Amino acid sequence: MTAYLLKRVAIAFATLVLASIVVFAVLEILPGDPARLMLGMNATAEQVEQVRTQMGLNDPLLLRYFHWVGNLVLLDFGRSYTYSVPVIDLVRERVAVSLPLALIALALSTLIAIPVGLHAASRQGRFGDTVSMGVSQIGVAIPNFWFALLLIYLFAVWLKWVPAGGFPGWSAGIWQALKALILPAVALALPQAAILARVTRQAMIEVLSEDYIRTARAKGMPYRAVLWRHALRNAMIPVLTILGLQFAFLLAGTIIIENVFYLPGLGRLIFQAITQRDLIVVESVVMLLVATVILVNLVVDFSYAMIDPRLRGRS
Amino acid sequence: MSLLDIQNLSLAIGNRPILKDVDLAVAPGEVVGLVGESGSGKSMTAMTVMQLLPFTAKAAGSVRFDGIDILAATEDQMCALRGDDIGMVFQEPMTALNPVKTIGEQVAEGIRWHTKAGRAEAEERARKILDRVGLPEAKFPLTRYPHELSGGQRQRVVIAIACALKPKLLIADEPTTALDVVLQAQILDLLRDLVHENKMGLLLISHDLAVVTEMSDRITIMRHGEVMEAGETARTLSSQTHPYTRQLALASMHVPKRRPFFPLEGEMSPKATEGVASEGNVARSDIVSKMSSTAETPFPGRFAAISPPRGERTPLVSVENVSRLYPGRRTSFFGRSAPVHAVDDVSLSIAPAQSVALVGRSGCGKSTLARMILALDNPSAGAIRFRGEPISHRNEAELKPARRDMQVVFQDPYGSFDPRQSVEKLVAEPLHLLEKKPTPAERREMVAHALNEVGLGPADLDKYPHEFSGGQRQRLSIARAIITRPKLIVADEPVSALDVSIRAQILDLFADLNGRLGVAYLFITHDLTVARAITDEVLVMHEGRIVERGATKEILDRPQSEAAQALVAAAPDLHRAIARKIQEQG
Repeated sequence: MTAYLLKRVAIAFATLVLASIVVFAVLEILPGDPARLMLGMNATAEQVEQVRTQMGLNDPLLLRYFHWVGNLVLLDFGRSYTYSVPVIDLVRERVAVSLPLALIALALSTLIAIPVGLHAASRQGRFGDTVSMGVSQIGVAIPNFWFALLLIYLFAVWLKWVPAGGFPGWSAGIWQALKALILPAVALALPQAAILARVTRQAMIEVLSEDYIRTARAKGMPYRAVLWRHALRNAMIPVLTILGLQFAFLLAGTIIIENVFYLPGLGRLIFQAITQRDLIVVESVVMLLVATVILVNLVVDFSYAMIDPRLRGRS
Repeated sequence: MSLLDIQNLSLAIGNRPILKDVDLAVAPGEVVGLVGESGSGKSMTAMTVMQLLPFTAKAAGSVRFDGIDILAATEDQMCALRGDDIGMVFQEPMTALNPVKTIGEQVAEGIRWHTKAGRAEAEERARKILDRVGLPEAKFPLTRYPHELSGGQRQRVVIAIACALKPKLLIADEPTTALDVVLQAQILDLLRDLVHENKMGLLLISHDLAVVTEMSDRITIMRHGEVMEAGETARTLSSQTHPYTRQLALASMHVPKRRPFFPLEGEMSPKATEGVASEGNVARSDIVSKMSSTAETPFPGRFAAISPPRGERTPLVSVENVSRLYPGRRTSFFGRSAPVHAVDDVSLSIAPAQSVALVGRSGCGKSTLARMILALDNPSAGAIRFRGEPISHRNEAELKPARRDMQVVFQDPYGSFDPRQSVEKLVAEPLHLLEKKPTPAERREMVAHALNEVGLGPADLDKYPHEFSGGQRQRLSIARAIITRPKLIVADEPVSALDVSIRAQILDLFADLNGRLGVAYLFITHDLTVARAITDEVLVMHEGRIVERGATKEILDRPQSEAAQALVAAAPDLHRAIARKIQEQG
């Protein structure tokens, strides 16, 4: 067990280092001088040079890399020159929106997808299966922004249960904040749930044809009990893989939904930073996201080992 | 009164009839054998009793268990019966257990479900039954996972699950087919003891007539979903009144006629392959010269090739002091336990046209050795030569001439073909090893010829694997193996997945090709009847070493080493079994 985990951690760490080199290198190659962008078009060459020295942009490449990484480790992400605030404050503000949104969406998607997938698999080829898979097909096909607009029209404009957009901040009270997040979470969760349900169904169908399912049924356990106790855990590995990928997407790939609901999330932060060439924000947020994805994958790897004793080696 | 009473049972899945008017009865404490070839409906009969059929299945007739009408029972009633009053053991122990649950959980689960016992009590009972089936606590605590157990041990766990609640009826569907003979004998003993202890009825399903004869009081023989013959084991098998019973018995004891290899009388070097199979054809003059050298020994196949070859004759294969080590299991991040000797200082040689059996229990290293002979794996120490050329630690280009002259036939005729390729493509696969690429027309003719050689027709060229039965598929793998006119065919349990009558045909085919083409065989098997049927020499392997070697008949009749004796004693033998039954049943 420990050997497996240590190996996974080592791989995750190596990936992180490699990713930091790539992120750093890409931003080095990209055109645009941060100092000039900060000072604007009217700055003189001397002013630019002065700021470059201040920012350490004239230091040797390697030194700047280690300086950057060192600061990242200390959570000092530098200062955004478009917002003129420390990047860490920007990130903190946005994560407070994006992380709960992603978690709610993920929870919704899992809660919908797993029972649907289980049900469809257990009734493979029959009515329930056909209907669930037809619906999930639609779920995969519908663009989520359009679905989001429908939700706004129904629940915000017509029923007036929730606001149509914007985020009041957590200081406005948990209930108010959650109300602002619920529609975007549903809009995000549904296509994810559709994909996840199909993956769950496929994995379950495979597991249900295994010999040990027959053994379990020969013990006299009802089919439902066999599904939950024997099949589900074995089908979890592909499901977890997809869940891990979906979480990463939900955290940073939600820019369209954030725009539809006018939410100040990470996706919009990074998009604005790129259009405004706020490279310090870009590299910090990208690195943060990379680290999160690697962490999530590490958690997924650990849960594989929790699920399947064969991955643990001799414990 | 019967415990299980099946009358006029018919079964259809969708529109396909599976069973027709099956009658079968099992009394308490009685062992009933159900014999038949694959597709005869024996497993489906068992699944009908368990009501674990696919949902499109429709059964008619009467199945009564302990007074309960099974066909009319609700799912809840069936759940109460399954695992409590009726236990079931399956064929494939490697996959019959849930890999993510401990053996303790899996045995205790049924106990808890049926008796509503608490966890501790159920685990205590699970412990008892595991002890009973031969998995003592010291080595097999409840916290073991299935992957930490061998096939035989896993089958014991499955038996423990089935027998935990002392069922009235145990259904064992090919319980030992996937195990080696020694394990088979142990598992059969265990089942027999459990039947006596608990006055259990046992329905033993098997394709192996010898096993069923040894075990059962009464026997039912099925074919194509119908009962052919049923009755007391001794009487049924001694009189063999029904022609199908006789046919099965004959096939089980079949020994192919072998003729010694005289290449000039045979159909060697057919025109189709001439000039293409370059190495294959050099053989002609080569073989002629060998002919003269073997003139004084009319049975070149019976050459004492295990001892140093005579005169200058190079053996086809020579294995010299070969070992193969596998790194030990990782015990910590840095540490490993001592390496495992899968093959340990083995030497052997195979002469041209000789047929050698490599027998041993599962895990004894025979497949590892075969992989090295096929140059699919490299020895850790020692040398392997093919026609005098070293073949270990070579790259593929250097190996090409050797690859052409050695081919392999695997156990599973279902898994060894890509289902999306036509027979022509599949059988022609090894032709890329030839120096000169054959034209499409030549290729087609060569495949047709190879198919002809194994008893298939030119019409089969454009078919796909799913259109063939298991036996035909094994013919296809043999056709694929002989298309380059190899000098050596390594066959890894080539008939153990086949029904007895098909098995007899395939053994005949092997014997025939040996006689006609002069190809040497290395048969890897745990089945001594195969070895007896078609090999000249036997090598007995045990824990990585060759512990006994010599002429097949000699070793099988008078085994010296402990390992060989165990194999011979455990091998089911129909003659012996019938004789014993007749004594028992009078």
